[in-house]
Amino acid sequence: MPTLHTINKSPFDRNSLQTCLRLANKGAAVILIEDGVYGAMKGNTVSATVEKALSDLSIYVLGPDMKARGVDESKIIDGIKVVDYKGFVDLTVENDKINAWL
Amino acid sequence: MSDTKKFMYINRKAPYGTIYAWESLEVVLIGAAFEQEVAMAFVDDGVYQILKGQDTSELGIKNFSPTYSALGDYDVNKIYVEKESLDARGLTVDDLLDLKYEDEDDDWAEKDSIQVVTSQELAEILEQQDVVFSF
Repeated sequence: MPTLHTINKSPFDRNSLQTCLRLANKGAAVILIEDGVYGAMKGNTVSATVEKALSDLSIYVLGPDMKARGVDESKIIDGIKVVDYKGFVDLTVENDKINAWL
Repeated sequence: MSDTKKFMYINRKAPYGTIYAWESLEVVLIGAAFEQEVAMAFVDDGVYQILKGQDTSELGIKNFSPTYSALGDYDVNKIYVEKESLDARGLTVDDLLDLKYEDEDDDWAEKDSIQVVTSQELAEILEQQDVVFSF
């Protein structure tokens, strides 16, 4: 039963992204929304953990939340897919359940 | 189709600094009253919720830690604690509340509700659930 995990906090404020990546099963999807989008960026102390997780998980980031925060697509880790709201809805439909990390 | 679903409540916050732990416990008891299959996981600072010896008498707020001991009576007897979270905090299962339940399929033998599991094991347990709530 595939799971969609949502992360809405910066990995520098909370450890929800790190814990989610530790507990997400192979094949799960993770979407970074709101302040969670900072976790999709290259070149920081969390990037290596996120890059490693990409071998087992599909990671997405919500474009409008990036744009609002001035996070350009060129700053996003390779392999993370940028989706719009419609793409977010598709992910919720494709997965059996959602784990909304706090 | 069965009306019973597997509910998992993931607890990741320490008990008194925020309301999450108490709210989670209330929702767990409600879910169990509706005869759903309820399990709990304690991860990150959530492990502090079930630490032994809590005494809030000088804070003037309720010490709700004894309530965890009632979970067994509500058939909430799958309580998973992530080993990595205990290790990171220098804790072992001996530092935690002694949570028990009576197994009706085994002549009401008293058994431990708490199971310490690795991240990998917990990931697989989470995958088997129908609904996951994060607190």
